[in-house]
Amino acid sequence: MLKDQHKGKSRRRKEQWIKAIFFIVAFASISVLALIVIFLFMEGLPIFNKVAVRDFIFGHYWYPTSEPPDFGIFPLIIASIAVTVISSLMSIPLGVFTALYLAEVASARMREWVKPIIELLAALPSVVIGFFGMVIVAPFLQDLLNIPVGLNLFNASLMLAFMSVPTICSISEDAIFSVPRELKEASLALGATRWETIWRVIIPASISGISTAVILGMSRAMGETMVVLMVAGGAAMIPASLFDPIRPMPASIAAEMAEAPFRGDHYYALFATGIVLFVFTMIFNMMADYISNRFRQVGASTL
Amino acid sequence: MKIKGLIIAAVIAAVFFSVNLALAGNIVITGSTTVLPVAQKVAEAYMSQNPDVKISISGGGSGEGIKSLIDGTTNIADSSRFIKDSEIKQAVDKGRYPVPFAIAYDCIIPVVHPSNTVVNLTVQQLKGIYKGEIKNWKEVGGPDKPIVVISRDTSSGTYEVWEEKVMNKERVYPAALLQASSGAIVQAVSSNQNAIGYIGIGYVDNSVKALMVNRVNGSEETALNGSFPITRALYMFTSGWPTGDTLNFINFVLHPQKGQKYVREEGFVPLY
Repeated sequence: MLKDQHKGKSRRRKEQWIKAIFFIVAFASISVLALIVIFLFMEGLPIFNKVAVRDFIFGHYWYPTSEPPDFGIFPLIIASIAVTVISSLMSIPLGVFTALYLAEVASARMREWVKPIIELLAALPSVVIGFFGMVIVAPFLQDLLNIPVGLNLFNASLMLAFMSVPTICSISEDAIFSVPRELKEASLALGATRWETIWRVIIPASISGISTAVILGMSRAMGETMVVLMVAGGAAMIPASLFDPIRPMPASIAAEMAEAPFRGDHYYALFATGIVLFVFTMIFNMMADYISNRFRQVGASTL
Repeated sequence: MKIKGLIIAAVIAAVFFSVNLALAGNIVITGSTTVLPVAQKVAEAYMSQNPDVKISISGGGSGEGIKSLIDGTTNIADSSRFIKDSEIKQAVDKGRYPVPFAIAYDCIIPVVHPSNTVVNLTVQQLKGIYKGEIKNWKEVGGPDKPIVVISRDTSSGTYEVWEEKVMNKERVYPAALLQASSGAIVQAVSSNQNAIGYIGIGYVDNSVKALMVNRVNGSEETALNGSFPITRALYMFTSGWPTGDTLNFINFVLHPQKGQKYVREEGFVPLY
């Protein structure tokens, strides 16, 4: 009796220990994130003593090293938005339709083959994709379209689309695959064709998962650095056409940070650019979170 | 158990060995990616002659190197530009006195695609091109094609020299493409018939065509006698007058038959 009690106590203690360890582990990554954000703001905010927030965000000229310097990141912001939107126009249909094919149309064997290959695309290092864009795609675009320069908005968007497709495809495929079987069977039993089932039942039931996938894919495209550094061309101007060179925010930070004098205005301005980028990707992630909660499909009865 | 003991002994021995190396002499070099290949070659030669000295080298850029020197995390800072007033002030505030050693000269050479028929540009024409005022190759005696202007990122040492020697402190126009390294410029120019870029003399190869500037070819001779207009010195900075291994290494770098030999091998212009 006494022994049993003792045993119960030690088990409880073990339980508490494990609880504490899990808490510490979970807290570790959160605190690292908090530290990074604090650091980002500490190193970025001082620039606003020199430049007004308005001039920084809406300024049209980025000449951080001239005398006097100009710290306007508007062309950089536009470039980031443009490259994200255009790559999404390519990657969303590709990713979602591939996911639909894999989850609903393809045979189990086909799925077993194709899915790992698409996921392999996600494992390609971005520098390899960037190099491909620079050495193969850029000269090809120049010759094909007779444009002055192949390192441009279109090329960068295309390369980024390659990178977002696996993210979008993989997450939406999971969402589509987890649509309850009853829904599908009910629809087919009512005489709907396969296409009608996909369009009217499967997609609405998995829309929260698909939207999350799309937004995560977009936020990946916005934050991606190496590809835009190598392929976008790097001209800090607002693009007038699809084939103008651009300079998205991550490319600017990556290209200049190494040479920016430590804790100088340029350094602060690059960190402030990082803050803007962080705000953008945070909005994307919050949107993904909101949509996945708002439109969550619970069981088979709520549709 | 025995094996475990052996492993522990081996680990301890390894730790001691590396500590010994650290005591024997360790030189840390960081900074300009332009100077990096020279520093690497010279350091390899130095280490093969002085096996007890360990030199670790990293790039990161001139600003990064000088920053490390100010922070005291490096013995030698490579730089493709002279130290800035603000950086000297920061160093002095921390009780460090940067000492410059010019170790080589670098020629910045404008390059175009090999198929381009233009062979010479004046500094004024280069300036016009980089300001966006000259937009077609026919304006400077070439084919009727648009000029694609490729520049380095504004914070690189190479850009600074270009801005000072060619642009006369005026700005490169915003539509110019920016590349983050000399290698990337060679790559971009060699794959675009309309392009013009500029790189250090060490990066010129057969995939691009070097242009004359004011009818002068960029070469060792013209860089040293001052007739080539776009030339700069490359530096190594130490914190205070160097001593011990660092001093020996700097002397090795500056020696005409030792370090300077590798300066030439890497395509830069030696001091003598």
